[in-house]
Amino acid sequence: MAWTRKVLRINLTNGSIAEEPLNMDWAMQYLGQRGLGTKYLSEEIDPKCDALGPDNKMIMITGPLTGTMASTGGRYSVVTKSPLTGTIACSNSGGFIGNEIKCAGWDMIIFEGKSPKPVYLYLENDKAQLLPADEMWGKSVWETDEIIHKKHQDPLIRVACVGRSAEEGCLYAAIVNDLHRAAGRSGVGTVMASKNLKAVAVRGTLGVGNIKDPMGFLKATNEGKQVLKDNAVTGEGLPQLGTQVLMNVINEVGAMPTKNMQDVQFEGSSKISGEAMHEPRESDGKANLTTNAGCFACTIACGRISTIDQGHFTVENKPEYWGNSGGLEYEAAWALGSDTMVDDLDALTYANFLCNEDGMDPISFGSTVAAAMELFEMGVITKEQTDGMELKFGSAEALAWCAEVTAKGEGFGKDLGLGSKRLCEKYGHPDLSMTVKGQEFPAYDPRGIQGMGLTYATSNRGACHLRGYTVSSEILGIPEKTDPLSTEGKPELVKAFQDATAAVDSAGICVFTTFAWTLEDIAPQIDAACEGEWTSESLMEMGERIWNMERDFNIAAGITGDMDTLPKRLLKDAAKTGPAKGKVNNLDEMLPKYYEVRGWTQDGVPTDETRARLGL
Amino acid sequence: MEITFKLYATLSRYLPPEAKKHAVKITISAEDTAFSLLDKFNVPRESAHLVLLNGIYLDPDERNKPAFKEGDTLAIWPPVAGG
Repeated sequence: MAWTRKVLRINLTNGSIAEEPLNMDWAMQYLGQRGLGTKYLSEEIDPKCDALGPDNKMIMITGPLTGTMASTGGRYSVVTKSPLTGTIACSNSGGFIGNEIKCAGWDMIIFEGKSPKPVYLYLENDKAQLLPADEMWGKSVWETDEIIHKKHQDPLIRVACVGRSAEEGCLYAAIVNDLHRAAGRSGVGTVMASKNLKAVAVRGTLGVGNIKDPMGFLKATNEGKQVLKDNAVTGEGLPQLGTQVLMNVINEVGAMPTKNMQDVQFEGSSKISGEAMHEPRESDGKANLTTNAGCFACTIACGRISTIDQGHFTVENKPEYWGNSGGLEYEAAWALGSDTMVDDLDALTYANFLCNEDGMDPISFGSTVAAAMELFEMGVITKEQTDGMELKFGSAEALAWCAEVTAKGEGFGKDLGLGSKRLCEKYGHPDLSMTVKGQEFPAYDPRGIQGMGLTYATSNRGACHLRGYTVSSEILGIPEKTDPLSTEGKPELVKAFQDATAAVDSAGICVFTTFAWTLEDIAPQIDAACEGEWTSESLMEMGERIWNMERDFNIAAGITGDMDTLPKRLLKDAAKTGPAKGKVNNLDEMLPKYYEVRGWTQDGVPTDETRARLGL
Repeated sequence: MEITFKLYATLSRYLPPEAKKHAVKITISAEDTAFSLLDKFNVPRESAHLVLLNGIYLDPDERNKPAFKEGDTLAIWPPVAGG
């Protein structure tokens, strides 16, 4: 269905639950998910509020294509203020719960305040109840999911919840749905736990409706699916090898962040790659990869479902980890592997399972472990802090131990739960934190992919690849190849990717469709589903509006242009190997021009003209 | 001269059995090109989307010209993406 036009508002402080109509003026300007959620949040909270205080709100929001037959139309987002960065946070997840919220008849759920006791929301169509969560507080995601299903005796309930890491204050805790899909970045799970909200359990049976032009929608979505099927990336590469196909590519081009970003190539990359996940293990003759998997309505199915060798040291005598779980995806494999220099595929899989089990962002977690390893090798962190564990680069034992203590918030796990920025500050070496605005980098070294440096520096939620994936053009040649080592044309390229991505993130579909689809493929699907006129041009303008609105939120929160920068290591220390050898990221060549093409002042503030043009 | 020839993702199946970690050392002539090597291993030219010579993208119009020197690495992928 397109919009249900219904908003569920839940005040956790006093337990009130209310239905209200969707603001359709805003929906026409911001569509859904990221755009519309950010509009509501911007209007309702003070951007300076404490992210973990009762004045912050948390919005779970679908897009108009969520729950429809549009390929990948199962996405939802969590929009809130981030405790990790202090910026706007918007984390997007697949799986099945987005569809379930929509089929229960809701465009979004707004949580405000803080519950005096642990609770969970049980939502069955119009019936919404806050129920006690005492028996699941202190439990993992996997245990919580099981408790809810047993309690309600309904296997079709979809659950999104937080694990122990969030309860213990880990600042990059995720909200995990369907056991292993996650609204992963920026600590949205930490916000949820701070409200004493353990889980959202949803059962929707109202089905699909309210499509503006059903026949036109059928035609547009079928044509879209054909494009995905016929495309070599979405039709063959992603289902077969998943995002992990990138491991060898990015290493070969010399943009693989390694050893807390001291190096740009990792010798062990082939051992932890998508190809390696298919190969029989020496130990038990079985492959790490069990199968691929798709989220709701997805016709790509890039997801990885894997198992660990039962004799591997991480799971010996732990049968609870002998089954399947989600991962490894490329970003997790990089952070848990290359950045920590661990090339033991099953150890990475174990750490990733723990991130699923207790709701941690594996990118931020892995990157924080890498920073801790560098501090350990410098002698700043010692065995005194680590309970005797040798926190050395390349140690699979250390990685597994770090995952265990962080998941439960025990001992040194509390330090790791701070994230890289606060950890490095605590131990007196802030320059060693590989973060922007407090959020850890994803898997692309900006010395080898210049445009990504600008993307990271200007991302509205701190370092992130999902706010503008110029890797697609600079490395993969989609939609057209640009030179990764050149800064020329990158400000314009970054802006185009940022705006288009903001539009896709607001529709209810997956950004991976854009490896095959352009906005010309997406606009007819939205236009047939939603009232109003939606074209690729209007979507690009909306994306730009969203980007500027997010920027305004951050500026009001005190996150200003002087924070549009990168760690010194990436600006001063040249890459040592590969095609980028001798290069740093030349951010200074790109940033002023970027501000100009954005219509911002030289301090990075949207001008009045820009705001007026975009209707802000 | 000897170079390292790598095929990844769905192109891996075209590698000879002696290949390890998706790579094989091969002896080539000075006249060889990226296309001639693809032909030698029966890799359809249209499948080779990402062609990297020592990690640097080789433009399609360069793939029919001799470009190798001793010790080079040629790595090839079909269209791939992720993130």
